Amino acid sequence: MQEDNINWVQDMRRRIADNDIWYSFTHTPIAYISAIIGISLIALAIFAPFIAPQNPFDLASLDLFDASLPPSWLDQGDQRFLLGTDDQGRGILSTIFYGLRISLFVGFTSVFLSLLIGVSLGLISGYVGGRVDAIIMRIADVQLSFPAILIALLIDGVFRTIVSKDLHEDLALYVVIFAIAVSGWVQYARTVRSSVMTEKIKEYVQAGQVIGLGSARIMIKHILPNVLGPVFVIGTLHLALAIIIEATLSFLGVGLPPTTPSLGTLIRIGNEYLFSGEWWITIFPGLTLIILSLSVNLFGDWLRDALNPKLQ
Amino acid sequence: MSLLEVKNLTVKFPSRKGDFTAVDDVSLNVEPGEILGIVGESGAGKSTVGNAIISLLEAPGYMSGGSVWLKDERIDDLGENLKSAIRGRRIGMIFQDPLTSLNPLETVGAQLIETIILHLELSEKAARIRAIDLLNQVGIENAEERVDQYPHQFSGGMRQRVVIALAICSDPEVVIADEPTTALDVSIQAQILSLLRKLCEERNVGMIMVTHDMGVIAEVTDRVAVMYNGKLVEIGETEKVLYKPTHEYTKSLISAVPRPDKKAHRFPLVTYIEDVEMLPDDVKLSDLWLGKTRDYEGFEGPMLTVDGLKLDFVTKRAIFKRNNTYFTALKGVSFDIKQGEVFGIVGESGSGKSTIARCVTGIYEPSDGTVSICGADLNKLEDISKRNYYRRQTQMVFQDPFSSLNGRMRVENIIAEPIIFHKQAASKADVNKIVHELLEIVGLGTGAARKFPHEFSGGQRQRISIARALATRPRFLICDEPTSALDVSIQAQILNLLKDLQEELGLTMMFISHDLPVIRQMCDRVAVMQSGEILEIAETETLFNTPQHSYTKNLLDLMPKFRT
Amino acid sequence: MLTFIARRMIQSVLVMIAVGLITFGLLRFVGDPISNMVGQDTSIAEREQLKEDLGLNDPFVIQFANFAKNAVKGEFGLSYTLRVPVSQLLSERLPATLELSIMSALMALFIGMPMGIYTAIHKDSWLTKFFLSSSLVGVSLPTFLIGILLILLFGVVFRWLPTFGRGEVVDLGWWTTGLLTWSGIKSLILPTITLAIFQLTLIMRLVRAEMLEVLRTDYIKFGRARGLSMRALHYRHALKNTLIPVITITGLQLGSIIAFSLITESVFQWPGMGLLFIQAIGNADVPIMAAYLVLIAFIFVAINLLVDILYVVLDPRLRTTVGD
Repeated sequence: MQEDNINWVQDMRRRIADNDIWYSFTHTPIAYISAIIGISLIALAIFAPFIAPQNPFDLASLDLFDASLPPSWLDQGDQRFLLGTDDQGRGILSTIFYGLRISLFVGFTSVFLSLLIGVSLGLISGYVGGRVDAIIMRIADVQLSFPAILIALLIDGVFRTIVSKDLHEDLALYVVIFAIAVSGWVQYARTVRSSVMTEKIKEYVQAGQVIGLGSARIMIKHILPNVLGPVFVIGTLHLALAIIIEATLSFLGVGLPPTTPSLGTLIRIGNEYLFSGEWWITIFPGLTLIILSLSVNLFGDWLRDALNPKLQ
Repeated sequence: MSLLEVKNLTVKFPSRKGDFTAVDDVSLNVEPGEILGIVGESGAGKSTVGNAIISLLEAPGYMSGGSVWLKDERIDDLGENLKSAIRGRRIGMIFQDPLTSLNPLETVGAQLIETIILHLELSEKAARIRAIDLLNQVGIENAEERVDQYPHQFSGGMRQRVVIALAICSDPEVVIADEPTTALDVSIQAQILSLLRKLCEERNVGMIMVTHDMGVIAEVTDRVAVMYNGKLVEIGETEKVLYKPTHEYTKSLISAVPRPDKKAHRFPLVTYIEDVEMLPDDVKLSDLWLGKTRDYEGFEGPMLTVDGLKLDFVTKRAIFKRNNTYFTALKGVSFDIKQGEVFGIVGESGSGKSTIARCVTGIYEPSDGTVSICGADLNKLEDISKRNYYRRQTQMVFQDPFSSLNGRMRVENIIAEPIIFHKQAASKADVNKIVHELLEIVGLGTGAARKFPHEFSGGQRQRISIARALATRPRFLICDEPTSALDVSIQAQILNLLKDLQEELGLTMMFISHDLPVIRQMCDRVAVMQSGEILEIAETETLFNTPQHSYTKNLLDLMPKFRT
Repeated sequence: MLTFIARRMIQSVLVMIAVGLITFGLLRFVGDPISNMVGQDTSIAEREQLKEDLGLNDPFVIQFANFAKNAVKGEFGLSYTLRVPVSQLLSERLPATLELSIMSALMALFIGMPMGIYTAIHKDSWLTKFFLSSSLVGVSLPTFLIGILLILLFGVVFRWLPTFGRGEVVDLGWWTTGLLTWSGIKSLILPTITLAIFQLTLIMRLVRAEMLEVLRTDYIKFGRARGLSMRALHYRHALKNTLIPVITITGLQLGSIIAFSLITESVFQWPGMGLLFIQAIGNADVPIMAAYLVLIAFIFVAINLLVDILYVVLDPRLRTTVGD
C-alpha cells in the first residue's frame, strides 16, 4: 500500500522480471546447457534425412545379414552401424534420428494445440465470468481429476473402436496429437483464467474501460500480453510431459505404430529382445528419450524460477 | 544507563550491483516509559533499524557495523539461542498487517499460551488465565469466550489488539512497533495508538514507533528521530523537532505535510530531496493543444448529476437469480457537481467513495438511479458515438501508480491510445506531437516517451497517468485517491500539478480521498460518505469549521492534530 | 457445513451420470455390438432377433436406464474377446492393482514427504541439492523406462528379483494377497518402486513448495519475533499449515497412482485391471473399456469427495463464519 513498506530489496525483485532474465540465463549453467542440448536434438531431428547414416525405412537397403549387430565398439560390432542394429538390420542410430523426429513433432504440435485451446478458453472464462466461466471451469474440474494419460488412452481407444485397423495406422499420428492436446488444455486454461482475474481488477484495465475501449480489445491488447509469462513455463514443462505421454502410449502399443515409430515405439520393439541379451535395441532409444525430456524439464524449471518475481 | 541503546548501526544489503547501505551510522536510545518515534519516507531505512535491533534482518541484509545494547549488555553479537531468548521476552515486536501476522489455523489462545509458557514457565492453566487477562487489558470484550476463537473471527482492529497482546505477553522491556496502524482505518487507528500509549505507561516499557505518518508522531511520541536515506538527520523531543526543526530535510518535510487548519493556495514542496523533479514554473497552456478551444456544446447546468444511485454486488451466486446474496455498496446517492468546481468526497475504506467514481465512468453499471453528464443520461443513450462523446469528456486518475499503467506498453503508446481510439488527431505525426506536449505539461519531458512504466518512480507514474487522462481533452476529471500511495514529498508535487491544471484548463474535478487535510486544500465543496450513503455536503470551510453530522465531527476530531 | 457436503455429493452424482452417459454411448453406438458377439455366418434375421432380445431397439432413455441399473449392480455384460462377465474379470484383478497402488502410495508418501520437508528447511545443504537434482531426473523418466531399467539391472544382470507376475498369492476369500509369501513380496518390489518414483518426486516438490511458501509468511516472522524456537516454528506451525493442502493433493494423487499402475502392470505383466484395460484397447473390447472407466471414475469421484470433506474439517476458516 504505502511505498514505505516496499523496502529496497523487494523493489529490486519486482524489477527482476524483465531485464534480468538474460543475465540469469547466461549465468545459470543448467539453463544454457539444457538449451544447447535441446536445440541440438531438435536439429538432429529436423535434419535426420540428411545426416542419418542409413535410411531405416528404405526397405530395399536393408540386409538381414546385418541383423542384431551389437554397437560398433563391441566385439562383433560393425563400423557402419555405430549403435548396432535391430532384428531387421536397421541401424539403431538412424532409427533414433527418425524416431526423434516423430517424437518431437508430436510433442510440439500437441502442446501448441493444447495451448491454443487452453489459453482461449481461459481468457474468455476469466474475462467474461458468470455462467460461461462456471461451465468451463466445471468441465475443467471434472477433467482435472483424471490423469492426462488416462484421457489420452480413452480418446485413443475410442478411435480404435470407430475406425478400421488399417485406417487407424495411417491416422495414428493425428489421433495421438489430438489425444494429448485434449488431455492437457486444462492447466493452461486455469492459469490464464486466474491471471486474467488478477489483471482484470488492476487499474490499467479500468483505465481502458474509462477511455471507452471494448472488452475484446482490452482482453487481447492489454490483458493477454500480461498473462503469457506463466504460459510459456507451462508450455515448456508440458512439452516434456507430452513427449513422455506419447512415448508411454507407443510403448503400450496404443500410440504410434512401427511404420512411423517414435522413440517410444522403438523402446517397445526393443523390449522384446532385452532378455536375449540384445540390450542396445531398447537402451539407446531409451537414453535418448531420457536426455530429451531431462533437458526440456531442466530448461522449463529454470524458466519458471527466472520468471517468478517472488523467489529469492 | 539507557534501557536500549543503538550505537553507530550500519546495515548493508549486498547485491550483484554492489552493496546497498540501508542504515548508515545511526545512533539512538530509548528510556523506560517513553515512546521514541522513527519517522521517514520510503527507503529511509526506519524499518530496517527495528529489524536490526531484534536481529531479524531479511536476508541477505547484515549488520556491518555498530552495536545494540540492552541495559548495558551487548545483544547483537550473541549466539542465535541467546538472541532467540531475548526476542519476545525482553524485546517485543508488532508488525503492520494484522491480517497476516497471526497463524490462521490456531486459536488466539493457543498462540498466546504457547508464547507465555515459552518465556515464563507457567503451567498451562496459569498461562490460560494470563492469556485471558491480557486480552482484557488490550480491550477485547468477552475475553473468556474469544480466547478460543480463530483469527479470522476478529475484525482488523481487534486482530491488531491480539497482536499487541502477543507482543507484550511475556512482559518485555522494549517494544518495537513497525507501522502498527498504517493498515487500519482512521477511527481504529486512534484507538490503537491510545492503547499503545496506555500500555507503555502502565508497564514502564520503552517503545519505538516506526512510521511515515507525521500525524502519528505528533499524537503519541515523546521523542522522535528523523531518517533520510539511511541516515539519522535529526533527533530530539517531539515538540521541538516538529515545531522548531533544525535540519533542512526535517524543515521541508514538515512544511510539505498538508495543513488541516487552513487552505493554502499551493502545497509547499520538499526542497531538500536531491533528485527532485523540476516542474515547469507555470503551465502556459493557451498556446498548446490542450488549451485550444474544444468542441463544447454550450451547456449551462451542472457537469455531473447523480440521482438516487444504487449499486448491489453479488456476494454469493445461487442457481436461481432470486436467491443471490447481495452487498449494497451504494444505497441511493444524490449530488451535483457544478462546472468548474472541485468537489471532494471523503470517507473511510468501504464507504463507497471509489464505487461512485466507477459508476460515473461506466466501469460499474448501477442497479438503480441515474448518472447524467452535461444533462445527458448515459445509460439511456443508444448511439455509441454519442456515448463515446460523453465518455471522452470524463477521465480518471487512479490510486495505485503500479497497477494503473500497463507494464508492457511504452509510455507514448499508453498516452496515445485514447487519442487514437477517439480519433482526436489526423495523423501519426499529430499524435506524437500531442503526446510530447502532454509529457512536457506534466513535467516529464519528451525523453520519457520511449520508456516503460517500470523505469519510473511512483510519483512519475502518476504523472503519466495524469497525462493519459488529459489526452482526450476532458472537461471532467475524477481523481481517485491519486496521492494516497505516494510519499508526502511527492504528494505535494502531484497535488500542485493537479491544482495548476485545474485552474488553467477550467476543469471540473471530483476528488476522492480519505485524507482530510488534503481535501481541505484541494476542494471547494465536500461530501462525507459512510457505508454507501452521503451524510453531509457542504462548502469546505463550512464543513471543517462547523460540521453538522456527528460522524463528520468524529472524523475531524480523529484527524491527527499536527499543529496547535 | 452440511449443505456443503450435500452439494458436493450431488455434484459427484452428476459427474458419475456424465461418465455413465459417455461410457454408455461407447458401448451401444461405437462399433457394432452384435457383430462382436456372433460369428460371421450368423444370418441377418438371427442378428435382428438378437438385437431385439438384447433390447438394442428400445428408446435411448430406456437403454440408458437399464445400463445405469446394471452398472450400479456392477454388471457390464460380457467381454467381447473373452466371453466372460466383465465384473468377474475386474473383481479377480482388483486386488492385484490395489495392493500395488497402496504399497506405492505408502512408499511415495513416507519417503517423499520427509524429503520435501528437509529440502524446505535446510535450503542450502548438499543433500538438498542432491534431492532436488534427482527429483528433476525422476520427473523426466517415464515410468515404463524406469521399469525397463530396473528389470535390466535387477532381473537380467543381477538376477535378484523376479520380473513378471505376482509370484505366489494367498487367497483370502474375496481378496488375493501377495504379501504373505516370500515370492509374492519379492515380486512386489520392482513394480512398487517403479510406480512410486514418479509420485515420490511429485510429493517431494509439492511439500517443499508449500512449506517454503508457509515459511515466508508474516505469522512465521512474528513467531520468530516472539522468540519461538526454529524447531517449534518449523515442525509445529509450518508443518501444520503445510499439511492441509498437501493432504488434499496427496489424496488426489492416490487416484492417479491407480491410473498410472496400468503402465507398470504392462511392463511387469502384473495381472491387474490396468493390464486388462490395455489389452482391451488393443482388441477394441468395449465392455471392458467401459467398465474400467466407470470404476475408475467412481474411485476418483469418491476420493475427491472425501478430500473435500477432509479439507473442510481440517481448516477452521472454512468451518466457522466470521464473527464480531
